[in-house]
Amino acid sequence: MRIGVIAIQGAVSEHVEALERALSERGESAEIVAIKHSGLVPECDALVLPGGESTTLGSLLVHEGIADEIKEAAAKGMPIMGTCAGLILLAKEGDSQVEKTHQNLLSLMDVRVNRNAFGRQRESFEAELDVSVLDSPYNAVFIRAPAIVEFGDDVKVLSKIDEFVVAAEQGNVLALAFHPELTDDLRLHRYFLDRVFGR
Amino acid sequence: MELEKLRHGTELIKRGFAKMQKGGVIMDVTNPEQAKIAEDAGAVAVMALQSVPSDIRKEGGVARMADPAMVAEVIDTVTIPVMAKARIGHFVEAEILQSLGADMIDESEVLTPADNFYHIDKTEFTVPFVCGARNLGEALRRINEGAAMIRTKGEAGTGDVSEAVRHMKQIMGEIRELKGKTKEELIMVARDIEAPIELVIETAKMERIPVVNFAAGGVATPADAALMMRLGADGVFVGSGIFTAEKPEAMAKAIVEAVNNYDKPEVLAEVSKGIGSGMKGISVSSIPEDQVLQTRGW
Repeated sequence: MRIGVIAIQGAVSEHVEALERALSERGESAEIVAIKHSGLVPECDALVLPGGESTTLGSLLVHEGIADEIKEAAAKGMPIMGTCAGLILLAKEGDSQVEKTHQNLLSLMDVRVNRNAFGRQRESFEAELDVSVLDSPYNAVFIRAPAIVEFGDDVKVLSKIDEFVVAAEQGNVLALAFHPELTDDLRLHRYFLDRVFGR
Repeated sequence: MELEKLRHGTELIKRGFAKMQKGGVIMDVTNPEQAKIAEDAGAVAVMALQSVPSDIRKEGGVARMADPAMVAEVIDTVTIPVMAKARIGHFVEAEILQSLGADMIDESEVLTPADNFYHIDKTEFTVPFVCGARNLGEALRRINEGAAMIRTKGEAGTGDVSEAVRHMKQIMGEIRELKGKTKEELIMVARDIEAPIELVIETAKMERIPVVNFAAGGVATPADAALMMRLGADGVFVGSGIFTAEKPEAMAKAIVEAVNNYDKPEVLAEVSKGIGSGMKGISVSSIPEDQVLQTRGW
């Protein structure tokens, strides 16, 4: 088993550490690969798209030839988790902020995203969130976070704040507007690994 | 969800913001046009300031917070985070920048200090701060005041990377020296470097400072940026190096690519080709002592 973490920029080591801890809890082993260049995604069994700056991430993913590899892998059913900027990249379309930087979206989920749905850094927040796949509230960290504002029939909503969808899945793709890698609560990494290992 | 249940400005959110910048390049800009160029080149954030450090050096006089109108325009122009500089100790400039919507404030030695004894109490702010440091003690003192990110001071506005190298090696070396020390030895270190004991112990345990650590102060070329990454920087600030270069767009793009490929000399060779000459610069050894910026702050 090999899990790739896109390592171009952002909270990479935090995801790697969270995955390692969640794996060791389950008593499973998997190789975790930090991916900065093309050629590695096709070798992986699962993929994490971390948070960072989506404009930067999007353009370097294309420039390095990783974007097409991710699209192909997703089409073959590879489990993928995107957090924050990762959620933006997974989307089919974005708001004017996404449009004006000609952001390269991967279009793996039938959703429309607002890039900084809750505002700038001073509006960033932590909140106790009800997530449908977890049995108790989850302390979620939102940093200049995006949100899903429109979605197709195949998209399953896992959590909302008012009208904003902040966690959702569609087939093999899981998208979170917040940062599960920044807290010690590993439940969402565990949930992702459940999908990777087929329970 | 009721809005009062949202918790703003926590340590986790401030330090988390800095973590999202890791592996990226933050570029100094002095107007919205430059900010757009930086964003298009792949900068993870821009630092809005009145003049780049090399011009501050030339112009002399008192360097202050940038014109709020310009900072606001930059905020309206780009989608990436916008940072801005406040004078050391000038908490009112910092409050103004926070009210404008700046995403991070640099309490910076590049500007003329407003307080020769105290830095800003950064825990009082909702937005995160980045501060410069030359050694581990200075870094941990700033973190204790609430800084969510540290950068080397280097010697800003010179295009001479040697001081940034010195400061990064100093900090990394001091962290390595903590390894294997007992608690009582760490307490002694804390006393020597004038840093809080808890932060020294945390640094020893993590084998790094507890917040993101960028390089800054003299980075002028793709190779300089890659060098700082090789020395363990989490990312790079480029000040005067881009918009005083012959071809700013090319230089900006090349530095972004260099940071993503810092351990690949053949890629660095490619990205460094045909990007024009870098900023002219000035060697640190030729600067009179009273014009050295890094000794501001303590």
